[in-house]
Amino acid sequence: MDNEQLTHETRSFVAHQFDDLEQQKEAGTLGMWAFLATEILFFGGMFMAYLVYRFSYPQVFAAASQYMDVVLGGVNTGVLLVSSLTMALAVHAAQEGNRKQIITFLIITMIFGAIFLVIKGVEYHHKFVEHLVPGYNFQYEGAEPGKSEIYFILYFVMTGFHALHLIIGIVVLTVIAIMTARGRFTKEYYTPVEISGLYWHFIDIVWIFLYPLLYLIHVHK
Amino acid sequence: MTGHTISRNRYFLIFAALIVLLVLTIFMAYVDLGPFNVIVAITIAIIKATLVILYFMHVRYSSRVTWVFVSAGFFWLLIMFTLTMSDIATRFTF
Amino acid sequence: MSTSGSENHTNYLNDGYGVKSWLLTTDHKRIAILYMISITLFFMIGGFFALVIRLTLLSPNGTLVSADTYNKMFTMHGVTMIFFFLIPSIPAVLGNFLVPMMIGARDLAFPKLNLLSWYIYVLGGIFTLSAMVLGGVDTGWTFYTPLSSGYSHTNVVPTVIGVFIVGFSSILTGLNFIVTIHKMRAPGLTWFRLPLFIWAHYATSVIQVLGTPVIAVTLALVGFERITGVGIFDPNIGGDPILFQHLFWFYSHPAVYIMVLPSMGIVSEVVTCFSQRKLFGYRQMAFASMAIAVFGFLVWGHHMFVSGQSVYAGMAFSALSFLVAIPSAVKVFNWTATLYKGTIRFNTPMLYAFGFIGLFTIGGLTGIVLATLPVDVHVHDTYFVIAHFHYIMVGGAVMGYMAGLHFWWPKITGKLYPEGLAKFSALTLFVGFNLTFFPQFILGYLGMPRRYHIYPPEFQVLNVLSTAGASILGLGYIIPFFYFMWSLRKGKVAGNNPWNAKGLEWLTTSPPPTFNFDKTPVVTEEAYAYPEEDLVGG
Ligand SMILES: [Cu+2]
Repeated sequence: MDNEQLTHETRSFVAHQFDDLEQQKEAGTLGMWAFLATEILFFGGMFMAYLVYRFSYPQVFAAASQYMDVVLGGVNTGVLLVSSLTMALAVHAAQEGNRKQIITFLIITMIFGAIFLVIKGVEYHHKFVEHLVPGYNFQYEGAEPGKSEIYFILYFVMTGFHALHLIIGIVVLTVIAIMTARGRFTKEYYTPVEISGLYWHFIDIVWIFLYPLLYLIHVHK
Repeated sequence: MTGHTISRNRYFLIFAALIVLLVLTIFMAYVDLGPFNVIVAITIAIIKATLVILYFMHVRYSSRVTWVFVSAGFFWLLIMFTLTMSDIATRFTF
Repeated sequence: MSTSGSENHTNYLNDGYGVKSWLLTTDHKRIAILYMISITLFFMIGGFFALVIRLTLLSPNGTLVSADTYNKMFTMHGVTMIFFFLIPSIPAVLGNFLVPMMIGARDLAFPKLNLLSWYIYVLGGIFTLSAMVLGGVDTGWTFYTPLSSGYSHTNVVPTVIGVFIVGFSSILTGLNFIVTIHKMRAPGLTWFRLPLFIWAHYATSVIQVLGTPVIAVTLALVGFERITGVGIFDPNIGGDPILFQHLFWFYSHPAVYIMVLPSMGIVSEVVTCFSQRKLFGYRQMAFASMAIAVFGFLVWGHHMFVSGQSVYAGMAFSALSFLVAIPSAVKVFNWTATLYKGTIRFNTPMLYAFGFIGLFTIGGLTGIVLATLPVDVHVHDTYFVIAHFHYIMVGGAVMGYMAGLHFWWPKITGKLYPEGLAKFSALTLFVGFNLTFFPQFILGYLGMPRRYHIYPPEFQVLNVLSTAGASILGLGYIIPFFYFMWSLRKGKVAGNNPWNAKGLEWLTTSPPPTFNFDKTPVVTEEAYAYPEEDLVGG
C-alpha cells in the first residue's frame, strides 16, 4: 500500500495490515505480553485455590508434601533454568542473525524441556505406584486423607497444566526452528523467535513458584 | 524492544544467579524458621522470577507499555488473592 | 472516497462471493458479519428458552413444564444469553467491524487470530448446543458447586467445556483489540482523540484478557471434578464450595462490564452525533471507562453476601461496590450534559440511546440497593435481582447493541433501514421491556424467589403482566430482524455519512472497501468535533 521506500526484501515480511516492520514487531511482542497476562491469571486461579487450602489446612499440606521428591523436583527446576538460558541464547543468536546457532539453541532448549517432562513422568509414576492419584487409586496412610487428597489434586492439576504448557512450548519451538531453517528470519525480523522465547520463560516462571510451594513446604523435620 | 542487545555473558551471569538462588531455596527449606520458611521461599521465588522477567525476557530494556502489561497481570492476581483471602481469613465462628 | 455510495464500487461485500471467501476470510468486517449471524442464532435459542420460562410462569402452579425442565430452561437461557450472545455481541460484531475503521487501520493487528476466535466460538457453541440437545443442563448459569460438580444429573461437562472454549474466543478478541488500539492508530490519532467507542473497547478488552482465564480454569476444575469424582470444591473431603464462587464471580461480575461498557461507547457516539455536540467531559468519560474496568474487579463478593462468606468480607465488598457507581454516574451525567442545548434529532439510534440511559440508570440504582449488604439479605435470590440485571443487560447492553446496529447499519450494508418502522419498534421494545421487568422488581420486593416454576397465587397478576410484556418485547426484536433483512435488498442507498456524523469510519465508502480506506487518513482534530458556534449564541 505505502512505504514504497522499503526494500522488497524487508517488505515481504510485513503483513498487509501493518505499515512497516517496526509496527509489526511491536504488535507481535505486545500481543504476546497480553497473552502472558492472560496466562498469569489462568495459573493464578489455581494458585488462588492453593493459597486458600494451604492457609486453611497448613499441617495437612505439610504432611502430604512429604511425599514429594525434593531431589527430582530440584533437578527439574535446574533443567528448566538451563532451558531458559538456552532459549535466551537462541534469541540472542537471532539478534545477531546467526541462523545455525538459533536452531542449535532451540534444539537444546527443546531437549531440556523434554528431559523435564520425562522426570515429571517418573514422578507421576511414583505417585501412581504409591496410590496417590486422586480419583484413580488414592489411598492415603496419614491423617486427614480427604484434605490431603485436595493437596494431591492441586499437585496434579497445577503440574499437569504446567506440563501441558511445556508440551505446547516444544511444539511452538519446533515450528520456529523449521521456520528458521527455511530462512524466514533475519537480523531485522525475528519477532516470532523472540515471542516464543517469552512464552518459554513464562513456563519457567510458573515452575519457579510451583517448586517451593509444592515440594518445599516441610522438608525440615 | 530490539534495539538493545544484552551481552552473552550477562545471560550466563543471570543463569548462575538463578542456580545459586535455587540452591539457596532448597537449603533454606531444611532450616526450621517456623512461619518464616514460607516467606523466605516465596521471596526467593519472586527474586528468581524477577530476574527471568527483567533479563531473559528483556523487560528491563522494553517500552513502558510492556512494563504496564506485566504489572497488570500481577496486580490483578494480587486483587484476586487479597479479596478472596479477606473472606477466608476472617471466617470466625461465634 | 471516490464513488460515494454507488453500488458499483468494490467493497468488502462484493470482494469474493463463494462460501470459502467467507469462511476463510481474515477481513475483520467479514468476521464481524460471521459473528453477527452466529450470535443472532444464539439470541434466538436463548429467546426460545425465555419464552418457555415466561409461559410457564403464567400460572402459579407451573403446568407447562415440569420442575426439572424448568430448571433446565432458565439455566440454558442464562448460559446461551450470557456466554454466547451478550459477551460477544458488541465487541465481536460492532467492535470487530469498527475498531480498525475508527482508528484508521486496514485491519486488526492479528487478522488470522481474529478468524480463529470465531472458529473457537463456533466450537464452544457446538459443545454447549450438544449438551442442550442431549437433554440440557440444570445447574443455573452460575454452575455453583457442589451441585454442578457432583449432584446434578444433567450434561454439565459438555456445557462447561463449551463455555471454557468460548472463553478463549473472547480472550483473543480482547487481545487483538488491545494490540490494535496501541499500535495501529492513524497518524495524528492520539489517545485523547480516540472516539469513546474505542476507549470502551479498550477497557472491555482489559477485562476479557484478565478476567476470562480465571473462569476458564475454574470451569476446567469443575469438569475434572465431575469426570474424576474428586475435586477441590468437594465439601466431603474438606473442599470449599465458596471458593468456587469467588473464582466464578471474579470473572462474572466484571463480565457484566464486558456487556455494558461497549454499549456505553455506542451511546457516546450516538448522543454526540444526534445532538451535533461535542461530548461533555471527554476525558472524564475515557477515565470512567477505565475506572469501571478496574473497579469492576474489586466488588465480586456482593454476589455472596448470604452464601457463607465472612461478614467482614461482605462489608468490604459492599463498600467497594459503591465505588462502581461513581464512574457510571459520571457517564450518565455527561451524556445528559451533552444533550443540553443540542439540536437533537430523534432518529432510531438516538431513541435506543435514550432507552439505554434511562434503563441503565434504573438498573444501576437498583444495583446499589443490592450491593447494600443488609438490604440484599432481604431481596437476595428474588426477582428483584432478576429485574436488576435484566435492566443492565437487556435495558443497557442490548439497547446499546440495537442503537449501534441501527447507527452503523448504513455503513455495514450500505443501505438505510426504514426509519418509521424502526422508530415504532424501538418504542415497542422499550414498552415491552419495562412491562416485562418492572413488575419483577415488585415481585422480588414482595419476596418471590428466582428459579422456581411455581409461586403463590397472589403473585399471578404481576407475572401475567410480565409475560404480556415479554411478548411485546419479543415483537420489538422480531420487527427489526425483518426490516434489516428487507433493507439489504430494498433499502435506500445510504451514502457515506447519512447521519452527518464525525469519526473516521464515516469518511470511507459504505460499505467500506476491503482495506477500509483508499488512503490512510490523517487525524487533525479531537473526537466529536461537531461545529457548535451557532449553538453557543442561542
Ligand atoms: Cu456483580
